[in-house]
Amino acid sequence: MSDARSRMVARAAREIAPGMVVNLGIGLPTKVVNHLPADFPVCLHSENGLTGIGPTLPPERADRNLIDAGGAYVSTIPGSAFFDSAVSFALVRSGRLDLTLLGAFEVAQNGDLANWKIPGKFSPGAGGAIELAQKARRVVVMTTHCDRKGNPKLLETCSLPLTAKARVARIYTDMAVVDVTAQGFALVELAEGISETEIREATGAPLALPQGDIPRF
Amino acid sequence: MKLPDKSIAMEEVVAQIPDGATVLVGGFGVPGTPFALLRELARQGQRDLVLVKNDANEAGMGIDHLIAGGQVRKLIVTHLGLNANAIAAMNEGRMEVEFCAQGILAERIRAGGAGLGAILTDIGIDTELAQGKQVVEMNGRPMLVEPALRGDVALVHAARADCFGNLAYAATARNFNPLMAMAATRVIAETEELLPLGGIDPDAAESPGAFIDHVVKLDEISEEYGIVRR
Repeated sequence: MSDARSRMVARAAREIAPGMVVNLGIGLPTKVVNHLPADFPVCLHSENGLTGIGPTLPPERADRNLIDAGGAYVSTIPGSAFFDSAVSFALVRSGRLDLTLLGAFEVAQNGDLANWKIPGKFSPGAGGAIELAQKARRVVVMTTHCDRKGNPKLLETCSLPLTAKARVARIYTDMAVVDVTAQGFALVELAEGISETEIREATGAPLALPQGDIPRF
Repeated sequence: MKLPDKSIAMEEVVAQIPDGATVLVGGFGVPGTPFALLRELARQGQRDLVLVKNDANEAGMGIDHLIAGGQVRKLIVTHLGLNANAIAAMNEGRMEVEFCAQGILAERIRAGGAGLGAILTDIGIDTELAQGKQVVEMNGRPMLVEPALRGDVALVHAARADCFGNLAYAATARNFNPLMAMAATRVIAETEELLPLGGIDPDAAESPGAFIDHVVKLDEISEEYGIVRR
């Protein structure tokens, strides 16, 4: 992982407060656990039916019946619980899930999220993403600031089919930390080495700057 | 008084699945997928099936054998991104696909198993998953009507069963299995361990045997059930 990405992951890990119930989306979000102290009090949820996700295991030590929602072989910790898919999403929809960190194709300045379908190219189904994005108490996105072609992913409006409407509160990227406010995107922090001009050019919507010095991460 | 014995041979029970059946299939990834029942269904070749499953497994595994054999008319699923064959079958129009939000699929099946007609939910109401669905107002808020889902057949995988069909599951191999085990006219459970009556403690019977029609003991835990090395 590039230096900018690992700093993004480390910064996003500070979203997780003691005592939370948290679902980490597949990909980059699952890596934030590497930045939490071993004794940090948090309950990680996996939508295939597990609370209390323990460390990932190599194949030779894995339990064939114990995976996370991304298919990684994980383990239990003292206090873990297994349950079926109805119970798993009851937890998500009923307000028990404090935080979800999700990936994104596009985020709009009103907090709309598109992360499940690129018509004609990629339509694998949303799995549990719609419920996570629509019902977690706080929805945070982790993504590269631009796509592979260099196009902004933070936009005035999403062009792709939505996962959830107006639910994203904050975005962590390799370039910045951006809040979604009633007035649109607001820059919170800039990655080391990124200028104001660069972040404006890489963002596809107006971006409010903080008063005074911009904090760095 | 004695509880009836529902144990049966694999070939005999799968032969009872007709062409055109709607078949609920347990599993999320490898854990809980009834691979042996699916292989026998692929071997017997029933056609025009409507499958309901969380995911489409991976190429060369599980329901992919049925898709590859052209046995699946329609798949109701939450995600099929790990199976390029399933995506191709969908894109080429060889298989109809209906996407459903994961927890809503679970609740539709649970409703089917509980004898209910539908559930009301706002999940997906701002997305294209809402297209074509009936909307009703409940407590002042719009809600989608999501119809209950039942199968003609359910294929589930248990870690342990007694011969009456009380089932117990392992770890994340639960997923959709306990829900599907209530939601079909004919529920067929394959089990890694088949125990005599009394072998499953009443406190540990996660699916009560009264919901289960047939129990098949697996002769072996084949490679498909094992660790996937990526």
